[in-house]
Amino acid sequence: MAQREKDQHSGTETTGHEWDGIKELDTPLPRWWLIIWYATIVIAVVYWILMPAWPTLNGYTHGILHASDRMQVEKDLAALKAQRGRQGVILQQASLEEIEKDPNLQAYAMAAGQAIFGDNCAPCHGAGGGGGKGYANLRDDIWLWGGSLDQIRQTITHGVRSGDPEAHVSQMPSFGRDGLLKPNEVDDLTEYVVALSHRKADAAAVARAAPIFSQQCAACHGPQGMGNQLVGAPNLTDTDWLYGSDRQSIHDQIWFGRGGVMPAWGKRLDEASIKAVTVYVHVNSGGSGQPSGPLPTTAVASPMSSNVTP
Amino acid sequence: MTVVIDGRAVTAGGEKPPLPATAQALYKKRPPIHPKLVNGRFRQLKWALMAVMLAIYYGLPWVRWPRPLGAPQQAVLVDFTNGRFYFFMFDLWPDEVYYFTGLLVLAALSLFLVSAWLGRLWCGFACPQTVWTDLFLYVERVFEGDRNQRLRLAGQPWSPSKIARKFGKHTTWILIAAATGGAWIFYFHDAPTLWPSFFSGHAPIASYLFFGLLTFTTYSLAGTMREQVCIYMCPWPRIQSAMVDQHTLQVTYRYDRGEPRGAHKKGDSWAGRGDCIDCHACVNVCPTGIDIRDGSQLACINCGLCIDACDEIMEKVDRPISLISYDSDFAVASRAKGETPVYHFLRGRTVFYGAALVLVSAVMVIGFSLRTPYQLHVARDRNPLFVRLHDGSIRNGYTLKLINRGYSVETFKVSVVGVQTPRLQAPGLAPTATDVSVPVQPGEERVLRLLVSVAPQSLAKSLTPAQIVARVDGQTLITKTAFITDGVTP
Repeated sequence: MAQREKDQHSGTETTGHEWDGIKELDTPLPRWWLIIWYATIVIAVVYWILMPAWPTLNGYTHGILHASDRMQVEKDLAALKAQRGRQGVILQQASLEEIEKDPNLQAYAMAAGQAIFGDNCAPCHGAGGGGGKGYANLRDDIWLWGGSLDQIRQTITHGVRSGDPEAHVSQMPSFGRDGLLKPNEVDDLTEYVVALSHRKADAAAVARAAPIFSQQCAACHGPQGMGNQLVGAPNLTDTDWLYGSDRQSIHDQIWFGRGGVMPAWGKRLDEASIKAVTVYVHVNSGGSGQPSGPLPTTAVASPMSSNVTP
Repeated sequence: MTVVIDGRAVTAGGEKPPLPATAQALYKKRPPIHPKLVNGRFRQLKWALMAVMLAIYYGLPWVRWPRPLGAPQQAVLVDFTNGRFYFFMFDLWPDEVYYFTGLLVLAALSLFLVSAWLGRLWCGFACPQTVWTDLFLYVERVFEGDRNQRLRLAGQPWSPSKIARKFGKHTTWILIAAATGGAWIFYFHDAPTLWPSFFSGHAPIASYLFFGLLTFTTYSLAGTMREQVCIYMCPWPRIQSAMVDQHTLQVTYRYDRGEPRGAHKKGDSWAGRGDCIDCHACVNVCPTGIDIRDGSQLACINCGLCIDACDEIMEKVDRPISLISYDSDFAVASRAKGETPVYHFLRGRTVFYGAALVLVSAVMVIGFSLRTPYQLHVARDRNPLFVRLHDGSIRNGYTLKLINRGYSVETFKVSVVGVQTPRLQAPGLAPTATDVSVPVQPGEERVLRLLVSVAPQSLAKSLTPAQIVARVDGQTLITKTAFITDGVTP
């Protein structure tokens, strides 16, 4: 090997490479850098021993600490449960009415319920619970299956047509599709329902449909069309429509008898969570109390008032 | 031909001359400073101020102040856990942090005003760095003696006596530093509770952290770094030069009287020479190791110790005192020219700082006197904006925050103004036809869901301005909001 050449300016050895008179210095690595580098090597070896590190043919080396992400998640979940602590336990023990009456418990249930609602309910019912076509609006005072605390809890726990043995099961028949009614009868019935909700309708068709309604519909929707929450039959005299209020929507509903499915959340959420989200939904829909003050002047009188055009 | 690049001569051939063998050090080595003890007016004032300020710092957390309903009984307490700041009869909540901002603005303006009038009064007398350095110097004097003994000790080789002195000094320093860090944490927790738990190891981790941090900073800043903090670390000396002008009263060497300086033998005539006998007494006592005779300078903290030292000498040589004194550059220059010195206290900047100080103080006082212990916040539901109820009426939802900062249960009577005959629902409560009564516990921030329904016929527009009004304890809180509908009457 040739003799190493020293650069006269810096006193450092050169690498022997030269480009157009410029020589490359063989500057040694700074000591602090080397120390850190050696330290990282040592740390890496310690890490291999302690933690999962190397893949093997049928798995991986577990390391003597047997650490894993799943274990960490379980630990975090346990910590979360412990953190919920007293109020979580009280939520489990207190009745729904007690939770709603107590300002602190209500605030806690509302906060928890909002998070649970956002994770589980919002995809169908909307982030604010306002619902949409086919999905019930949970913010108003109109309920298909009942809006009391217990009724809401029942619906959340067991769902609607979910296959759960205690789920709400009743289903509107498909009058048109299954041939239960003739097409012209469905048309007449559509006019009848339009008239029920206080809108102008063809009087002749309404008259023709009246007997059909009491035969086919009144069993669930009631003779006056006021609905029945026991079977999830909506009130047909108000302005709230799950599948739309125009003639075509009403016609389609009679023809196809659509009915959605809501999962049974009792299998997925624990009791405290269901209670929290029940209180959240109930409070946002107005709670148990009736509105104060006199009824507004629009208060709906009996159905079939004078809206039918002759 | 030779050109100069980067201060080095480079010959035309491109061949650089070798670098000088001894490159200049990047850091200036700190000359050790051993200030001499001096007695005099300013030294006495500084001792007194030091005693008062240390007593306040160490003692304040132990002052008790009765408060009702299980609130902390500590007069001054920053309670991070519960988000409260207690200061005697006042207690502030986190959302009132602007009072702190106001106090900081006032502190800054006061500092500006004082700097414009009297120079670095803060640095010389009140700054913790100065106070604790003074205390540490006192300890140093106890163990190692005054300036001359310390200089001698520094030159001596290590001996049992020197080790004992150094050990005693550093131990005492660390104890004082620990007490300083220890006192700090009592401002954040109930002192009598924290005291035993701190020693049994049950105090919050933050307490130990800040104890360690302040112990370390006190020991290092006051013990070993001292004037370097003022000269190199603190931004204030650099900022204050913008407040100081030729009329500012500062610790000044009156060169008109002192020059020409020179040694003076007893009995010699004073004619034709200045009063300064060049004895270096002013330099020897200076805690930042400067010569005040060089004029106003960045390292001077205006502590006045050189005034005491010079006065002592002037009395000894039977000349009038105050050769070094609080004076303005302008006055000294006037005297040097043989004119009568004039002092200007009312100047553009002092008037401006003073006016700003009065203005901010007035805003603070008015704001604080109008402070109410009750608050109402309203957040309108945005999703859904409104719902239609079974009877056709339109309902809007609001989330109210009712805050009671007082010490007794208060009932907020909440009503809605701006829409016709609103009907109220507040789940968990029973509203009357006109309002809903919400009891709010002391120190509680109660969240209330308020649902308001209105007959659609009465709503002329899709957005009706409305107000939510809460009446509590004789006060009326009003928050503007809106009532929204789609404008379609079914």
